[in-house]
Amino acid sequence: MMNEHMQVVFDYPDSLTDATMTYCPGCTHGIIHRLIAEVIDELGIRERTIGVAPVGCSVFMYNYFNVDFAEAAHGRAPAMATGIKRVLPDRVVFTYQGDGDLAAIGTAEIIHAAARGENITVIFVNNAIYGMTGGQMAPTTLPGMQTTSSPSGRDVELQGYPIRMSEVLAQLSGASYIVRRSVHDPGNINKTKKAIKNAFQVQLHHAGFSLVEVLSSCPTNWGLTPEAALQFVKERMIPYYPLGDYKVADAIKTIVQ
Amino acid sequence: MKELWKGNEAIPEAALRAGLEAYFGYPITPQNEVLEYLSRKLPAMGRAFVQAESEVAAINMVYGAACAGARVMTSSSSPGISLMQEGLSYIAGSEVPVVFMNMMRGGPGLGNIAPSQGDYFQMTKGGGHGDYHPIVLAPASVQEAVNLVYGAFDLAEKYRHIVGILADGNIGQMMEPVELPPPRVIEKRDRGWELTGAKGRPHRIITSIYLDPQVLHNYNVHLQAKHREIEKNEVRYSEFMLDDAEYAIVAFGSAARAAQSAVRLARQDGLRVGLFRPISLYPYPYARLAELSRRVRAILVVEMNAGQMLEDVRLAVAERVPIRFFGRMGGLVPFPEEVLDEVRELEKSV
Repeated sequence: MMNEHMQVVFDYPDSLTDATMTYCPGCTHGIIHRLIAEVIDELGIRERTIGVAPVGCSVFMYNYFNVDFAEAAHGRAPAMATGIKRVLPDRVVFTYQGDGDLAAIGTAEIIHAAARGENITVIFVNNAIYGMTGGQMAPTTLPGMQTTSSPSGRDVELQGYPIRMSEVLAQLSGASYIVRRSVHDPGNINKTKKAIKNAFQVQLHHAGFSLVEVLSSCPTNWGLTPEAALQFVKERMIPYYPLGDYKVADAIKTIVQ
Repeated sequence: MKELWKGNEAIPEAALRAGLEAYFGYPITPQNEVLEYLSRKLPAMGRAFVQAESEVAAINMVYGAACAGARVMTSSSSPGISLMQEGLSYIAGSEVPVVFMNMMRGGPGLGNIAPSQGDYFQMTKGGGHGDYHPIVLAPASVQEAVNLVYGAFDLAEKYRHIVGILADGNIGQMMEPVELPPPRVIEKRDRGWELTGAKGRPHRIITSIYLDPQVLHNYNVHLQAKHREIEKNEVRYSEFMLDDAEYAIVAFGSAARAAQSAVRLARQDGLRVGLFRPISLYPYPYARLAELSRRVRAILVVEMNAGQMLEDVRLAVAERVPIRFFGRMGGLVPFPEEVLDEVRELEKSV
């Protein structure tokens, strides 16, 4: 019962549809989707936002968002977003990309979108593995980490080192806002949401390229329970991929919180 | 009024006059002037121009702009077109209108930068993965290139499909007198599919993934029905001195110009030869060529490749008359006298 002392403090975001998400139990894609949807709602931009979905587990994310969406080829989302944004500069354009998509096959596209200072927002979900194809080694797979294509653990002598994309992208003059966050516990989820909101704000101020890297879990392909997977993020991933702000350009310091 | 224009500048000017809103490309010879011309013009007109990091990125920028409802094109040359095939397949699979131009050069591999027709297969038979054919239009002069580009956007939008302009380095590099069409203002209206933000309407999705085999089958049936419509409506060709011809030369693009000169030379010698020039390479003018094969004694196919369109000529002719092939590769352009020699050989063979 509503009375004058009650108010809505938690509701289903307008920017999500009521479609049931098909992610595995314990997967954090759902959390990250919700954070984006809440930010879009809070900024009041649902009707002028266009998303670009990746190839990967989140390929069908367009079914979950109540916003216009295009489905990109693997790794090409930043190029596609560039095309959309350049012809509709007053719309809000974002991509959502996994680590295989962004840090392997789409490395050229993301680096050059950032270098151009393309006025788009990128949500980069790093779970250190190829989820949809069944758990192969990703460009972000940790040294020693077992995957279906590094069955003895990633041997850096043979398979090289994981890429820290936020650190790479922060080197580029065109990048305005590059941060890494994690969703392994409620406190970090809140920080992630704040960063996503900052990233969209940067775009709304036409202030250039913004990217939030989100460390995420993959219980299914890591072979861990959901809880153990969150521990893995905290204990194994964060030491290799430190959380923090890698680039906050001077011009946006008054925009971000 | 006719003006002297270089192909690679007349073509982008025609695109601008057709209402081009955005261009994304990557430098490659022999069509760099297209990109350079639009880098001067588009930003000054408040329209979009991006020199992309690769042809892979360029075609995906084109894909994005097309999803947003813009009149958009790219241009490249053979190796660059190979790189674009991924994006073109996605564009075909998601039914957004796109125009692209291939100013062919010698191949395979890095090949060279001289004119060639070695991409006939890649252009007309799909190129990327899956079942689709771009509409492919092959100009034989700068004026024809202008006319085809000017109409290409309407064609792409009519079928929500890809239109490829297939020319070669000759067309791009030479200057010819051209009558440019008037600039058009394209009225923006919602066509019910473009992504512009879900304002006052349900959200829209542009995708090419259909996991359920039956659903993807049905979608392909729909795409194929569109191809049959295109085949019914969009066949284009040109005929030269075929009315009384005993022999026909079949050639497209630059090769057809050498062939046309050969026809004139042959006629001076009393040889009754004509030229059949397909303009639409997909859809291919099979039916007209089949009719022609019922009234000539033999056919000579001339191409700047190892015999690619030749296969479509064989399909149309169905062994009714002998077919001879004359091909030049590596960027060599056939001379009219060489083609005439081939016509004489053709005459001897029947």
